[in-house]
Amino acid sequence: MTGTPKISIRALRKSFGSKSVLQGLDLDIEEGTSLVIIGGSGTGKSVLLKCVLGLIPPDSGEILIDGVNILKLSSFERARRTREIGMLFQGSALFDSYNVWENVAFRLIHGEGKGRGAAREKAVECLAKVGLAADVGDLQPSELSGGMQKRVALARAIAADPKVLFFDEPTTGLDPITADVINRLIIERVKALGATAISITHDMGSARRIADHIAMIFDGRIIWRGRADEVGASGNPYVDQFVNGRAEGPIKMALRAD
Amino acid sequence: MNPFAAIGRGTFALLAEIGAMSLFALRGTFSWASGPFYAREFFSAALRIGFNSLPVVGLTAIFTGAALALNIYDGSLRFNAETFLPQILSVSIVRELGPGFAALMVAGRSSSGMAAELGAMRVSDQIDAMSTLAVDPFKYLISPRILATTIMMPFIVLVADLIGILGGWMVAVFALDFEGATYIRNIDQFLTAEDVGSGLIKAGVFGFLIAVMGCYHGYKSRGGAQGVGAATRSAVVASAVAILASNYVMTSLFVDF
Ligand SMILES: Nc1ncnc2c1ncn2[C@@H]1O[C@H](COP(=O)(O)OP(=O)(O)OP(=O)(O)O)[C@@H](O)[C@H]1O
Ligand SMILES: [Mg+2]
Repeated sequence: MTGTPKISIRALRKSFGSKSVLQGLDLDIEEGTSLVIIGGSGTGKSVLLKCVLGLIPPDSGEILIDGVNILKLSSFERARRTREIGMLFQGSALFDSYNVWENVAFRLIHGEGKGRGAAREKAVECLAKVGLAADVGDLQPSELSGGMQKRVALARAIAADPKVLFFDEPTTGLDPITADVINRLIIERVKALGATAISITHDMGSARRIADHIAMIFDGRIIWRGRADEVGASGNPYVDQFVNGRAEGPIKMALRAD
Repeated sequence: MNPFAAIGRGTFALLAEIGAMSLFALRGTFSWASGPFYAREFFSAALRIGFNSLPVVGLTAIFTGAALALNIYDGSLRFNAETFLPQILSVSIVRELGPGFAALMVAGRSSSGMAAELGAMRVSDQIDAMSTLAVDPFKYLISPRILATTIMMPFIVLVADLIGILGGWMVAVFALDFEGATYIRNIDQFLTAEDVGSGLIKAGVFGFLIAVMGCYHGYKSRGGAQGVGAATRSAVVASAVAILASNYVMTSLFVDF
């Protein structure tokens, strides 16, 4: 279906105190496609996703989901619409007071009121989809390696079969092989659900693998957007610098914290 | 810098903070009403607060009662009123010292505990994650803690009252040569339901304040382990101040009849 994009962001602004993070950001994502957002550390990529999820209120602008501006809705209505988005957080954000299967089943038990037995079955099923055996379900999150935590977080995000999935740096801090496993799982799960996906990554290898489209954020705006296979020949000096990982170029990284 | 501007800014910030806390408390207290009510969370919070506080509250109460007995005896001896020791001691404990000490001890344990727990969840994105899993953190995390602490506190204080009076009794009987049964009879005839009841009402209010301060500072904490540490400190200080200030207000209301 073409026409209204699944998610559409218009002139979004957000500052924290005197620090402006998003400065009039526009972005569309079509239903059933996978968009990867790249950009330097601290440019507001995580803040952008949290705005769309309704976790951070932006200062101004519009966020349309299925053509409806969620910022204009009551908090109850907004929660109802953002509920269909599954999110994999940058640090996994597993509940450390619950074991693995209870984490995966959290939404089913506490959000949807399913019985613990049925929820556990579904959790084990989701764990299997990310390549984890059922007995991992009884471990505590703190007993897992970083890569396993990401898998559990992925299982938790897909447990309710969401129509939209957000991945915030799913492979950061993982070895290349585990990173590739996670990338494959993401592609596979997004396909299986027919979901719309937005991912954030610093890793150009993952970006090329996961994305249909790539967008680059700089200075609080999207400065380039194109098909994933065009990113190497964008002709945009900012994108070139980022993709090739050069310290020299138009993007001046602050060497000191300001 | 202009000192008046600084004072004005400080006052303004304080008022804004109190406003934010009040809204938080309101939402935290009533969010469960639109369902669901997470009973498991409520009972586990009640159990944690109740059981874990009892040993430390009991110890505090027994020593307070014992020391108080000596002081009252020594003071009242000066005008030959030492026979009123049981009455003075018991009324001081049930109206003032039982609720006050118990609340300060629970503030030290539970308010800081809640701030640390919620703070750690906040800075590791667990609270945000909960929202994306279709569970309202106010219903799941905040309401159960506020309700549980408010309801448990009067029971804790009742225990503190009994143990405090027992502490006084032991000193009176074993060190000051009071007759045990008469001592108890005197208290029984003297204490009114208002004395005990006013202390228990205080306890409920203190419990509410302890949970609100703990949850508020934890929920709003920012910036890693350091932020969580700061939240924990603020929670303890804020709940202690709130307990002492509200204690004065309530006492002045209760003694008015
Ligand atoms: N709740 C908040 N309060 C204050 N400042 C914040 C908050 N959240 C984010 N920021 C600031 O906003 C800026 C953007 O943060 P964000 O986490 O979106 O960066 P990012 O692009 O995701 O970076 P990274 O790639 O390192 O994850 C940072 O400077 C951060 O300090
Ligand atoms: Mg980020």
